[in-house]
Amino acid sequence: MDTPAVNDVNICVATANGSGSASSNQVLYKSVYKMGIPCSGKNLFPSNIQGLPTWYFIRASGDGYLGRKDTIDVMVIFNPDTEHDDIHKVRSGGLIIYDDSHALPDKLKRDDVSYVGVPAENLVREHIKAPQLRAKQRNMVYVGAIAKLFGIPLEIIREVLEDTFGNKPAVIDSNFLCIEVGFKHIEETGQSQNISNLAGMPNGNAGKIMTEGNIACALGAIFGGVSVVTWYPITPSSSLVEEMIEHIDDYRLNEDGTRRYAIVQAEDELGAATMMVGAGWAGARSMTSTAGPGLSLMQETLGLAYFVEVPCVFFIIQRGGPSTGLPTRTQQSDITLMHQGSHGDTRHIVLIPHDNSTAFEMAWRAFDYADRFQTPVFVMMDLDLGMNMSLSPAFTMPDTPMDRGKLLDADAIKAQGDKFSRYLDIDGDGIPQRTIPGNPHPKAAYFARGSGHNEHAVYSERADDYQYLLDRLRRKYETARRFVPKPIVENGSADGVGIISFGSSVEPVREARHMLSKQGNTTDHLLLRALPLTSEVEEFLSSHKRVFLVEQNRDGQMTQILRDDYPQYANRITPICHYDGMPLAAGDVAEKLMGEL
Amino acid sequence: MTEAARSEPDVNRVHMTKQDYEGSPSTMCKGCGHDAITASIITACYESSIDPRRVIKLSGIGCSSKTTNYFMNQSFGFNSTHGRMAALATGAAMANHTMIPIGVSGDGDTASIGLGNFAHMVRRNLRITYIVENNGVYGLTKGQFSATADKGSKAKKGWVNPWPAIDLATLAITMGATFVARSFSGDRKQLAPLIQAALNHNGTAVLDVLSPCVTFNNHEGSTKSLKNIRDAKDDLNEIGFIPEFEQITADYKEGSDLRVRMHDGGTVTLHKLKDHDPTDRDQALNVVEQGARAGKFVTGLIYLDEQNEDFAARELLGKTPLAYLGEPDLRPSAEALARINQSFMK
Repeated sequence: MDTPAVNDVNICVATANGSGSASSNQVLYKSVYKMGIPCSGKNLFPSNIQGLPTWYFIRASGDGYLGRKDTIDVMVIFNPDTEHDDIHKVRSGGLIIYDDSHALPDKLKRDDVSYVGVPAENLVREHIKAPQLRAKQRNMVYVGAIAKLFGIPLEIIREVLEDTFGNKPAVIDSNFLCIEVGFKHIEETGQSQNISNLAGMPNGNAGKIMTEGNIACALGAIFGGVSVVTWYPITPSSSLVEEMIEHIDDYRLNEDGTRRYAIVQAEDELGAATMMVGAGWAGARSMTSTAGPGLSLMQETLGLAYFVEVPCVFFIIQRGGPSTGLPTRTQQSDITLMHQGSHGDTRHIVLIPHDNSTAFEMAWRAFDYADRFQTPVFVMMDLDLGMNMSLSPAFTMPDTPMDRGKLLDADAIKAQGDKFSRYLDIDGDGIPQRTIPGNPHPKAAYFARGSGHNEHAVYSERADDYQYLLDRLRRKYETARRFVPKPIVENGSADGVGIISFGSSVEPVREARHMLSKQGNTTDHLLLRALPLTSEVEEFLSSHKRVFLVEQNRDGQMTQILRDDYPQYANRITPICHYDGMPLAAGDVAEKLMGEL
Repeated sequence: MTEAARSEPDVNRVHMTKQDYEGSPSTMCKGCGHDAITASIITACYESSIDPRRVIKLSGIGCSSKTTNYFMNQSFGFNSTHGRMAALATGAAMANHTMIPIGVSGDGDTASIGLGNFAHMVRRNLRITYIVENNGVYGLTKGQFSATADKGSKAKKGWVNPWPAIDLATLAITMGATFVARSFSGDRKQLAPLIQAALNHNGTAVLDVLSPCVTFNNHEGSTKSLKNIRDAKDDLNEIGFIPEFEQITADYKEGSDLRVRMHDGGTVTLHKLKDHDPTDRDQALNVVEQGARAGKFVTGLIYLDEQNEDFAARELLGKTPLAYLGEPDLRPSAEALARINQSFMK
C-alpha cells in the first residue's frame, strides 16, 4: 500500500441538483479552508433546477495549486442516476464512498479501487424525525464520513456550521447530528483510506479569502463607485447583480431611506445595455452584467457607446457557446465579441482578472478606465472564475481616487475661455472633453448621436470628418495601451519557451509549469491582464523562440489578436486550445505542451 | 408698457426669448407634419418657461427621431439607436432624475422595433414626455407600412395593408400609462397645451401625434393622409394649460369643464366636447376603441392619473442625482472592506 500523501486530494461528490448538496459541499470546503489548507471548490452543474446530476469538486492542495485537477482521487457516489459512470471516473487506486443502506450492485464494483460504505439513508431515517428533511440531510452524512476518513476535526466543522447558519441553532444541530453519525459510523466500522491525510496548516490560509469571482466583481464595482446597474438575468452572470442587490444597501443608503444607487432588471438585454448607456451619458457610473447570448443582443448598443463615447462597464461571465450552447459550462470564447464587438471598425478595452482579488481590483478600476477613455470597458470573466469558490489574497482598498477623466463642469468650461467642443482632440491622445446634462454653462450641451458627426458634435457625412473620427477613436485605443494593466511575467526558462495565459487558465498553467519543470522542461509565463496588448507582450514574443498561448476556445481567439498586433512574431505563437466546457486542468495543459516540446 | 420695453424681444420667466428655444434647421420634407410638432414643442416649452438647460432630448432612429435636433439647442440631446429611446431615457433618468426628458419617436421606432422597451418604460411610469410622431409609414426607408398603419390602408406603391394597426393610446393605457393623449400635428391649439401638461406630469406621458408624411403617405386610400386625418379627427375635449405662475381666469362650468392640477405645478383645463371623463381608465379604453371602430381618430386628453408614483420615487432616488455623487458618497470605507474580507475568512 502507498503511503498516504499529505494535503493533496481531489474529491468529487456526485449528487442530484437541488438535493441540498450545495450546503454539505460548502461545509466540507470551508472546513478544509479553516484547517489552513489551500483549497478550491468547483461546481459542475446542469442547466436545471432540480433532479439532473451535479458534481462538486473539492481540491485540497498543500502546494497551493487551485485549478481543476483532472484525476479524481475520491468519488462520493450519492446519485444513483450517474453511479455507473461515476465509479469509472476515479483513478486507479482511488476511493469510492457510497451509501450502503442498500448493498452495492456487482456492476458498480471495481477491483482497482477501494470502497467505503456509509448507510446515510438509514442513519438519517434513524436520527432525523421530520421526513421532509431527510433527503437533504442525507448529504451531511458523507461530510462526516469524509471528515473521519481524511482527518477533518469535528470542532472545525461545528465552527463552519455556526459561521454558515449562525442564527439558526436548530439547523446547526440537525446538520451536525448527521455529520456526527457519519463520522461515528466510519469510526465504529474501522474503515480507512490511504490516499491522503489532511493535516492542519497553521496560518496556511492567512490573509486569504474564499469567495466567488462574481461576488468579487459585484463588490469591486461598488467600490468603483457604480451607481447605475442594469441587467437581465442570465447564467452564469446573474449571481453578480444578485450579490449587489443583497449588499449594496449596507453602503449606499441615505438617512432618509433614499438610495445612492439604482438597480433595474430590464426587459431584455437590448434594454439593459441601452439603459446603461443612457446613464453613462447622463453622468452616472453605469454597468451591466451578462453572458455571451446577452452580449450578442447588446452588440448594437456597444457600437453606439463606442461611437458616441459613453463610459460604461460590461461584466461578461463567459459560458459555452455558440447560441444557447452550454449555459452552465465554462469557456473563454467571447473574446472577439468583446474586443471587436459591434459592426464597423471597433476596438474595446478588456480587463482580464485571473482570481477573486484581481476581479475585485479590475472591477473598480474598470470605471476609472471607462471615464478616462470615455468608452465601454469589459471585465472578462468566465463561469469557472465567476461561480466557483476559490482562495485568493484578500481584497485591497483602491489606491487611487475615482478618476472621472476629462469631465468638465461649468467652471472648467469658463476657465478655458467659454469654449467646449465635445469631440475635439485637444491633447492629441484621442480623448476629447466631456460634459453631462445639468451643466448650466451655455456651451456645455451637445447633441450625441450614433450617426456621423464632427468635432463639434454636429451631424456630418463629410469624408474628412468621418475619417478623422475613426482615426481619433483608434488613437484613443492606442493611448490605452500605455495605461491598461500590464502583464505579469514569471520567469524560469532556460530554453526560450514561453507560455501565455489569462483569466481562469492562469492557475492551471502555473501548476502545469510545475509539472513540466519536474520533467525537465522549463518555461517562462506571461500572464495577460488586458486588451489592448501592451509593449511587454511584444517584448515577451521577441525574447522567446516559441510561445504557447493557452486559451479556452476552439479557434484561438486571443492568439488571433496577438498575431494581428505583432505579425512579425505570428509564427512563434502556438495556441493551446481547451474547449470541452470543463474548467482547464493543469494536466490538460501539460499533456498538450509535452506533445509540442 | 413703455415704447422702449415694447421694442425689446419678449422674454419668459427664465429670461429666454422664443428664439432661444429653436434648434438647427430642419431637414424634413417641406410640409412634413413633424416640423409642426417641433413648433408646438418650442411653443410649449417657451410658454411654460422651461429652462432648456434642464431638458434632455432623446430619440431613436427615423425621421421623427431626427427632429430633436431641430429644437432647443441649449439642451443636451441623444439620438440613439432604432427603438431604444425608451430604454435610453430610463437609464438617463436613473443617472439624473431631476432633468426634464422630452422623447421624440416614430411609429416604427415605438410600435415595432422598440415596442418591448416602450411597453416597459410605460409600465415603470418613467417621468418623460414621450411624443410619437405617428404617420403610419417608414419614411427614411421610403414608404413601407409601419405597425400603426390601418388595416386596408393603401401604400404609395399600391400595396394594401393586411394587418390591424397597433393603437398606441390603447397600448399605453393597457401598459399602465398615467397620461395618454392623441393629437394632430396641424392642431397647435390642441397639441401645445397637451405638451405643456405632459411636461408637468408625474410619470410617463404618451402623446400619440398623427403627423402626415407628405412624401410617402399622403395619397388617396391612405388613412393617415392629411385630408383623412382632418376628416376623421374627433376631439374629445378642448384643452388648455395654465402654468403655475399664471392666474386661472377662465370660466369653469360644472359638469362640462374639468381642471386638474399637475404634480409639478400648473393646471390643465378641459372643456368636454364628448361625454368623456379622462380620469376614468375604463372610459378611456372604451372611447379609443369605439372611435377606431367608427374610423375616427379620437384626439385630446384621453387618460390622466396624477396620483401614481413615478419611477424615481419607486426607485427611492434621493435629492442629488446619482450622476453628481462623488467618491465620499460612492466608495465604501477601508473599514467596510476589512469587514468584507473578514466575512470571507469564515
